[in-house]
Amino acid sequence: MTRALALVPAIALATALVGGTAGAQTIKIGVNEPLTGAFAASGTYVVNGAKIAADEINAKGGILGKKIELVIEDNKSNPTEAAAVAEKLITSDKVPVLMGAWGSSLTLAVMPKLMEYETPMVVETSSSGKITTTGNPFIFRISPPSAVEAAAFKGIVDKLALKKVDFLVINNDWGRGTAEDFSKMMKDKGITIGLVETMDQGAQDMSAQLSKIKSSDSETVIVTTAVDQLTLIFKQAAALGLKKRIITTGGSQNPDQIIAQAGAAANGTMHLTTFLPWFPDKTPNPEATNYFITEWKKRGFEFAGCTESFRGYDGIRTAAAAIEKAGKPEPAAIKAALWDINIKGLNGDIVFRKSGPEGKESGQSQPNVYLIEINDGKVEMKTL
Amino acid sequence: MSEFLQHLVNMLVLGGTYALLGIGLTLIFGIMNVVNFTHGVLYTFGAYIMFIVVQQLGLNFFLALPVAVLAGWLLGAAIELTLLRPLRGSDIDTTMLVMIGAWIAMQSGTLWIWGGVAKSVATPFPEAPLVLGPVSVSWLRLFVLVAAAFLILVTYLLINKTSLGRAMRATFQDHDTASLMGVNVDMIYTSTFAIGSSLAAAAGALLGPVYVIFPQMGDLAAVKAFAIVILGGLGNITGAVIGGFILALAEELGAGYVSSGYRDAMGFLIIIAVLIFKPTGLFARAERVG
Repeated sequence: MTRALALVPAIALATALVGGTAGAQTIKIGVNEPLTGAFAASGTYVVNGAKIAADEINAKGGILGKKIELVIEDNKSNPTEAAAVAEKLITSDKVPVLMGAWGSSLTLAVMPKLMEYETPMVVETSSSGKITTTGNPFIFRISPPSAVEAAAFKGIVDKLALKKVDFLVINNDWGRGTAEDFSKMMKDKGITIGLVETMDQGAQDMSAQLSKIKSSDSETVIVTTAVDQLTLIFKQAAALGLKKRIITTGGSQNPDQIIAQAGAAANGTMHLTTFLPWFPDKTPNPEATNYFITEWKKRGFEFAGCTESFRGYDGIRTAAAAIEKAGKPEPAAIKAALWDINIKGLNGDIVFRKSGPEGKESGQSQPNVYLIEINDGKVEMKTL
Repeated sequence: MSEFLQHLVNMLVLGGTYALLGIGLTLIFGIMNVVNFTHGVLYTFGAYIMFIVVQQLGLNFFLALPVAVLAGWLLGAAIELTLLRPLRGSDIDTTMLVMIGAWIAMQSGTLWIWGGVAKSVATPFPEAPLVLGPVSVSWLRLFVLVAAAFLILVTYLLINKTSLGRAMRATFQDHDTASLMGVNVDMIYTSTFAIGSSLAAAAGALLGPVYVIFPQMGDLAAVKAFAIVILGGLGNITGAVIGGFILALAEELGAGYVSSGYRDAMGFLIIIAVLIFKPTGLFARAERVG
């Protein structure tokens, strides 16, 4: 008797646990972003953008009659952690869809896990070409691959009269991929490629690389990395008296932060971005852009973060739209539905087209790319 | 040629802070035989003190530096009194594990309080660099070099010219005999750990404003400090200073003339070479055997 009585709370607990998953009152979306380490600033911006999307959707009643719940995990800017986090989100939190993982190397590390557990992921930032060309049918990317950035930049190359170009890129799939794709495009245009310098993702002192670039005979430097390292590069380039034209790629620059931190050194620099928060009227979806920027400011976040955070906003809206279309929060149904969605993103329509080897294509949307220039501490848009 | 001169100037500036990091660590290892895994966290701690004093309290930059040094001293003394003193006499592995635990706990604490996003500290130095012919250097970095040199000199004098320093050296040679001669060994241990910690905090306070401040910033700094200590010989202060400059030179020239992708690997290649060919460090004194 006593033994049977002792079982009661255990049964109650088990029922509660099982009930908790079966009759879930929310629909979960896994968010796998770098909240610490080298990309902490960027990942935090993306997560804050994602929260705006979740709150907006929930305020309108959620999807399929349920609220959405973001399960946010920190991948520590580390590929090993990114894979572990993806596994945890899928197996323990039972999320039917993920968004992540910011960096190309992080996303590439997660990709085998998506295959293993057959769970789709919306890729919001990563730009390495490999992500959508290696045949992973669970990848749906809304950010531009670096080849698309390079192609967009092609038009302005003649206007800038580029002759010889050096590269300073982060030493991972993102940076090296960018150097490769831009070099290819520029060689076709008859531009000479000079130095290709790399830096570790956690490096804080780039003086040696910059000293080398300073004494080369190129007139332009293409720099690819995230905002924290970029700020240091601008400061250190100024301290070394590096007087070359600097063009940054990747869309993780937060130009306003560069203006604030690098001061006069930022003038004359150009940046390839994927969002135009400075000119909402010129974005593909001005109404949504204005809503997003107002909401961003209302929450007390720095305006500089907008160029990065909009990706989290678009990413979650993409995942939510797919869940709604699928009619049920199940990975296979969501994966199928992602091919059918057409939503108005802040940076153009999000529609996935097939990319990669036949039969196991990844989805790639075609976002816009913009070139902006900083002059007198202000952001100006250049026509591409 | 101008590129080479620029690399040399970069090396001097970098080497000064590496030396500062190295002597703090070598002092603690040499005298206490403790592998101090909290060295990097103390470096981070110094940088955050700068952030608090300059950015949050709005006080003077030059006032913040001694505050950071003092805070590092106090935290170091606290770690020694609460963690190391109770473990005195236990084997090196136990102490090492406790120090690793302290490192993780303190780093997580920093993350908990400040979050993972990097912070920066405003400095009173002009943006325009000092240009001398083909080389240029920022005023802030020049100041960092001078301040580091000053702190290294003070440490050197403290150890070689004061009675505390004499007691520390005696403890380093033989703590039992020093104890018999009336040296308060407990006090020497606490002072040594506090001084070493304050030097780490000073390095963080000086370099934090040069770079950016984030909870894991001390990890790479600590690894480099270990490299410098091995390079210079365990417990050898002059060796640590020279080791700091050698590491900076290897990194600069390695990145400048070999490959920037392997910049942080250069230092470790040197360590591997040192450990193979001269395992007691480049500047270790001949030791009596038997």
